[in-house]
Amino acid sequence: MARDERSLDAVPQPVFAALIFSLALQIAWQASEPRPVARAEALLAPPPAAILRVASLGEPVPLAQLTTLYLQSFDNQPGISIPFRELDYPLVIRWLATILDVDPVGQYPLMMAAELYAQVPDPARARMMFDFVYQQFLRDPDRRWRWLAHAAIVARHRLKDPELALHYAREIARRAPHAPGWARQMHILLLADMGEVESAKILLGALLSSGEVRDEHEKHFLLGRLEAMENAGKSSPPSKN
Amino acid sequence: MRRRQIAILARYTVLEAARTRLFWLFVAALALIFALTYFLQQLAITESVRLQIAFSAAATRLAAVFVLGLHVLGSVVREFDDKGLELTLSFDLRRSDYILGRLLGFVLVALPIALIATLPQFLLAPLPAALQWGLSLALELAIVAALSLFCIVTFNQLIPAAAFVSGFYVLARALWAIRLISEHPIIDENSPARQVMAWLVDALALVLPALDRFAQSAWLADGAGGWGTVSANAVQAAVYVALLGAAAMFDFYRRNL
Repeated sequence: MARDERSLDAVPQPVFAALIFSLALQIAWQASEPRPVARAEALLAPPPAAILRVASLGEPVPLAQLTTLYLQSFDNQPGISIPFRELDYPLVIRWLATILDVDPVGQYPLMMAAELYAQVPDPARARMMFDFVYQQFLRDPDRRWRWLAHAAIVARHRLKDPELALHYAREIARRAPHAPGWARQMHILLLADMGEVESAKILLGALLSSGEVRDEHEKHFLLGRLEAMENAGKSSPPSKN
Repeated sequence: MRRRQIAILARYTVLEAARTRLFWLFVAALALIFALTYFLQQLAITESVRLQIAFSAAATRLAAVFVLGLHVLGSVVREFDDKGLELTLSFDLRRSDYILGRLLGFVLVALPIALIATLPQFLLAPLPAALQWGLSLALELAIVAALSLFCIVTFNQLIPAAAFVSGFYVLARALWAIRLISEHPIIDENSPARQVMAWLVDALALVLPALDRFAQSAWLADGAGGWGTVSANAVQAAVYVALLGAAAMFDFYRRNL
């Protein structure tokens, strides 16, 4: 907006000096303050989802995303990383659950749970995160299956817990009809891997005969797997990892 | 003579607030907040007292800032519109003294508001925590009063000034979290865009007061913030009120009446 202003000469020197001096003082004061550093203990309990919804003023998605970024700043800090083991995992899970309550369509909190927090070298905490992913999967299987599939793979190869992996894979097959074939067939491959070749063959055969698999390439691949299982069952013991 | 003029201006500023029933308006807002807080407390399954303290303190703080900020803007706009400013300046009065008198008056108006806001907290929270919270709120309100005065002197109109005050306040409260987020991206830490954003946020942090460190409801709910924090708030408030006062004087001297 155009303003009819007097020249700078109209401003007395002491006012100029006071402005410059107080600005310098402000900058010096703020510069002397420590930079913000995330501390594990600084992560407080999340507000209830209902209050977050009210605070979002009808825009829950951006608020959920901002909250996710805020939570993320507590755990991902290159150079000064807070070890995940220092984080209060039940509290982190409460934050993730609250964010998902506010924005149920969002996948970010599940990604953080399955791929970031579950990386912790503490199996108990990783299982805690996988259980959170599983509980959230049960609420919306068709949208959240891929994080449980990821959990199944990690459970199998890193936690060395094929039973847990099989449980998750079976749940995907049972509850997520719109998940792609590879995810719904994962339990068969896991069974084969565990040496349960007969069970795997029965399931694979049932799957092929059900007509659910329509893609010729996929059929060909599954038949190949079936044949490989039979050969592997004859020639080698089940893998141990 | 000059001190007397400043004191008279400050006195009339406080009188105006009292006669426009500003303090009663704030008491009514507090009653509304406590009714809402009581309702929420009844809903809570656990930590009901903690929820009551935290919610009432946070809402009271926002209400105090809102009421005081609007009062300052409305008071000065009314003076501009009624030509009271021209009348005042037609006396032997420096422009800087006018700003000082009004600023002192508005800071004095902030004190009873902070006191009224703190009284209910004495019932809910430990005495030291309530005292520290109340003092810190008074300091924050002093900054808000100075900010509102600076904005209305600079913008002359209510809407742009109110928008600036609101934006400034939200940014100053959120800047710590924004800095935290900008400093720790999950991917591509060295991208130019991220670096520019981080510098921009750091520059903002140098010139904005860290209002997130004032009057936190966690002090009341989880334990006192400490007198050291309140002292740091006092230094920050003194520096920033001086800066805003000087900026308001600067703009006011350049103004053509």
